[in-house]
Amino acid sequence: MSQVTHKTRSSRRLLVLQVLVVSLLLTLAGRLYYLQIHEGQRYAQAAASNRIRQVITPAPRGDVVDRNGVKLVTNTTSLVVSVSRTDLNKQPDGGQQLLASLAYLLGKPVDEVVGRTKLCGEPGAPPSPRCWNGSPYQPIPVAVDATPEMALQVLERREQFPGVTAQLTAVRSYPSPWKVNAAHLLGYVGPITEQELQRRQQQAVQELARAGTALDDQTQALTLSQQIRGTDLVGRAGLESQYDDEIRGSPGVRSLAVDHDGNVTGQADEIEPVSGNTVVTSIDARLQAVVERQLASAIPQTRTRLDHTTGEPLKADAGAAVVLDVTNGQVLAMASYPTYDPKVWVGGISSKQYAAITGQEANFPMISRATQGQFAPASTFKVVTMPAALQGGDYPLDARYDCSGTYDIPGRTVRNFESLAYGLITLEKAINISCDTIFYRWAYEMYQRDGGMYVPNPAIVDTPQALQAARQADARDPMMTMARRFGMGQPTGVDLPEEAKGRIPGRAWKLGYWLDTRADYCTAASAGYPGVAATDPTRAAYLQQLARENCASGNIYRPGDAVNFSIGQGDVLATPLQMARVYAAIANGGTLWTPHVARAILTPEGQVVRTIAPHADATLNLRPDVLELLRRSLVSTSIRGTSSSAFAKAHFPLWRFPIATKTGTGEVYGKQDTAWMASYAPADNPRYAVLVMISQGGSGTKAAGPPVVGIYQHIFGVNSRGWVDSDWALYPPSGPSQALPRLTGSTSAPQSGQRPRSPASASRSGP
Amino acid sequence: MTTVGLQTSAATTSRSAPGSLPRPVPAASRWSWLHEVDAVLLLAVTVLSVVGTVLVWSATRERLVVAGQPPQTFLYKHILNIGVGVLCAGVAMKLPYRLLRVWAPVIFGVALAGLVAVLAVGSTINGSRSWIQLPAGFSLQPSELAKAAVVLSVAAVLSMQPTLLRRGAPPDPPDHVPHRNVMAALALCGVVMVLVIAQHDLGTTMVVAAILFGMVAVCGASLRWTVGMLVVAALAGTLMISTGALDDYQVQRLTAFANPGADPRGAGYNTAQARIAIGSGGLTGQGLFHGPQTQGRFVPEQQTDFIFTAAGEELGFIGAGGIIALLGLLLVRCCRIAAKTTDLFGRLVVVGVVCWFGFQTFENIGMCLGLMPVTGLPLPFVSYGGSSMFATWFALGLVFSVAHHHAITTRPGD
Repeated sequence: MSQVTHKTRSSRRLLVLQVLVVSLLLTLAGRLYYLQIHEGQRYAQAAASNRIRQVITPAPRGDVVDRNGVKLVTNTTSLVVSVSRTDLNKQPDGGQQLLASLAYLLGKPVDEVVGRTKLCGEPGAPPSPRCWNGSPYQPIPVAVDATPEMALQVLERREQFPGVTAQLTAVRSYPSPWKVNAAHLLGYVGPITEQELQRRQQQAVQELARAGTALDDQTQALTLSQQIRGTDLVGRAGLESQYDDEIRGSPGVRSLAVDHDGNVTGQADEIEPVSGNTVVTSIDARLQAVVERQLASAIPQTRTRLDHTTGEPLKADAGAAVVLDVTNGQVLAMASYPTYDPKVWVGGISSKQYAAITGQEANFPMISRATQGQFAPASTFKVVTMPAALQGGDYPLDARYDCSGTYDIPGRTVRNFESLAYGLITLEKAINISCDTIFYRWAYEMYQRDGGMYVPNPAIVDTPQALQAARQADARDPMMTMARRFGMGQPTGVDLPEEAKGRIPGRAWKLGYWLDTRADYCTAASAGYPGVAATDPTRAAYLQQLARENCASGNIYRPGDAVNFSIGQGDVLATPLQMARVYAAIANGGTLWTPHVARAILTPEGQVVRTIAPHADATLNLRPDVLELLRRSLVSTSIRGTSSSAFAKAHFPLWRFPIATKTGTGEVYGKQDTAWMASYAPADNPRYAVLVMISQGGSGTKAAGPPVVGIYQHIFGVNSRGWVDSDWALYPPSGPSQALPRLTGSTSAPQSGQRPRSPASASRSGP
Repeated sequence: MTTVGLQTSAATTSRSAPGSLPRPVPAASRWSWLHEVDAVLLLAVTVLSVVGTVLVWSATRERLVVAGQPPQTFLYKHILNIGVGVLCAGVAMKLPYRLLRVWAPVIFGVALAGLVAVLAVGSTINGSRSWIQLPAGFSLQPSELAKAAVVLSVAAVLSMQPTLLRRGAPPDPPDHVPHRNVMAALALCGVVMVLVIAQHDLGTTMVVAAILFGMVAVCGASLRWTVGMLVVAALAGTLMISTGALDDYQVQRLTAFANPGADPRGAGYNTAQARIAIGSGGLTGQGLFHGPQTQGRFVPEQQTDFIFTAAGEELGFIGAGGIIALLGLLLVRCCRIAAKTTDLFGRLVVVGVVCWFGFQTFENIGMCLGLMPVTGLPLPFVSYGGSSMFATWFALGLVFSVAHHHAITTRPGD
């Protein structure tokens, strides 16, 4: 047996081994020191974020109430069935079988339920908003309208439905007092988008910072993004969107200590959610119901009539109705046709519903025709161009003017409506019968006075100087400036999102438009329209001729443009709300109020957070004699002018409730005429401006007249025989109350059918 | 040069060991061997066992509660394991020293049989097919026994005296281990490593390699063997990773330590959570039973491979550093015994044990600290686990046996 000694190489190597062992252990100790002492703070933070989970408790959204405190939008609890994706993925078939049986149980198509559990953007996911926009770790709601029976089945058959839950959740509800729809006013709520999410995350981080919760930013943002996404809904249109910040409230944050499996081991901190505030609107639910019903019934009635030029049935594809308080710009009611049911958005919209409310077939029900629809205002625009001529063109008020059948301007002959000639008439009569040729003459004469055909130097048409010159020429034009003063061509500033601004097609607009479209027109001018020529050679030739003219001189403001403008035709566009505001301004003596839907923001308990005061945009500075003439003419139009038949048919007691009206029948190339009736009442002490517009409705009197009259019948309490019963009237003679409603929590809508009583439709009762 | 002939441990008179530490000499008794035991070594092991027991208790009670079992289950089993381990140590010490060589082939044979059996009937845990399930919830890990067998048999083979076989031949010069001994040792280890690799047990493979390396280096064989083994190990490692001989999970576990953030829920999860637990302990720790990471069960396998994280979080730098210090003390005392032992076989046994414990300590703590890749190796005397506990105590018994033998053979006056 070999023996070793302390001095042999074995011992030397043993010493090396010992040194190696010790140095390795020292390495460990050094690393331990680094982790625990040097980096200890960082790891302590990481440990905190490891075990603290922040759970966002969504705040209940605030209500939207009408001017009397009747709820238009509120919350209700609903049984929501949700599916956990984590549990789905644990299934051997990825949850296919589970979702199929769940869909059967819920009575929904399998595709829809499956699609709802797909993350937006992943393969096989349906397009937004029918996919899941939230975190994959959150339960995904697949049905918000589950019956208690469904919920019971899901909960009791746990083994068959692993990861499926059913619980009571607050969802948006629309009480629909008096069957009010008001979809375009109220809007709807939908899942949050990425941009909104970022904005809200910053906000939430600030909240947390204020509450003193210290966590490292990245963890915080990550946690929040998982919590906020998908669960929270934001206003997507209408008041829900406009006042989203007020209605939303602020979510609560609960900081929970959890273990590795996510089991809650304790609560570290809690910030209670704050309910959203209530928006008190100027809408009167009763009047809104009347306006909606009048508009909805006018559409099918219009469709029974024939177009006077083509003889085809009128399409009446869209319409809008607006009622303003002329004394302060408050919107008392506003309706748009076609409309949709905001309920379809609750808990996610189905494919079929989404197609139904966004498709062309349904004529885009999501668009509010009252604020987003733009139409040629036609003769209703004459209340703008007449004072322009009288004040800016110095035409005498008491003279008689020749209402000829036709009027010649260079290059073409423009015609009166149906080419009727009335001879020399007063201005009042010109409004009564809506004579066009008098306006043509004014427009052409003023056009010549302003410098006539303004032809910019071809060398500088592309330059800012040319645009500047065109603007200056527009500013000299009395009709353009008057239209601007009436707030046309710019948004009214109503508190509803994405308002259209209309169009004042002056020289500057023509130049800009021409610069944008010149290339297309010039191509078409040489190439023609082969596609159209195949079916309709005449039309193709006409279009090519038009393209040639537009290519060569589309920038020039021609006499035809000027005379079209004077009667609200051609390229003029206005929204129904803009025109209603014009008539409200004439009614109140020349103040252009900013239309407003919201009147005040209240806390859920009813405390006033802020009131939204009426705001006047401008004072029109109409000459008193001009204003007086206008008002007189509009009142007599109801009695013996173009509007008279509508009132006569309804036996409306104009002697008791004088109403100022003006009709309009706008010609639209390739479409049937746009029907308008604008009005205000009572003419002697104006309070309401009522406007109805029906696209492709033909004659203004026939299509838009009956709903206007119907609305006034309800406001004043007049029945279809013309009898007045003040008990039926929506408002006392002093008009709607301006006091804010007191929200005591018991304000609920009376059962439908109590008020307003429904007088028979105006047109049906006519002789 | 002191040359002492082979003597049996039959001599029962106890005297103090030579050298710097004179010991009191009590009367002869059946407990006399206790006085031969290195008291510092025994103290270190005892403290490690107590700390390990407390840490296992802390790391498992919440898990057991969640699993719906009595929270003391692991505590009791761990204490039982220690008891059995101490018995194993006693067996190792009581084995007649001269018979250890004779027993070596038997133990080696049993270990081989176990390794083969595990391939046939073993169950797979964490990717390694290393366990034989026994009735009543117990399980055996033959690879742990194999480590002890490798230590004994490699020591026996390396210290084999050819002169005993070839009578009359001149004795080999001292400190000269013939090449055929080294080759025989390599062959033995080769067989074991092949079987262990077949179990996908990377950790044990590396431990066996470390034991072999240390013993060959210290036995006094040519330096070329040592260098050659380093080169082969490096080549083998590169080859295994590059040719995909390693399973995906092994590569992932090996690479996850470098970049734990790459897949914090997958392969890097263990290391990330382990580091968070240790790092958040700070200087003094969160307090025993009060570590949120440990009590919240964030670190997987915490009572076995990641027991050090519980120490790091709950006992802090002081406690965890103390564990490193105690293990260091253990290893240094073993080295001291090896250095004192003049018998090559005994010295190699102790060196093998040092390499075994040393490598496992460095690998285990290193992986908790993110210095080393993750492999399933327990921390000696601290981690929960029956087989490893028995094997380490048995190995400790061998060390004591070597020390005891040296003491009685170098007694002055003999």
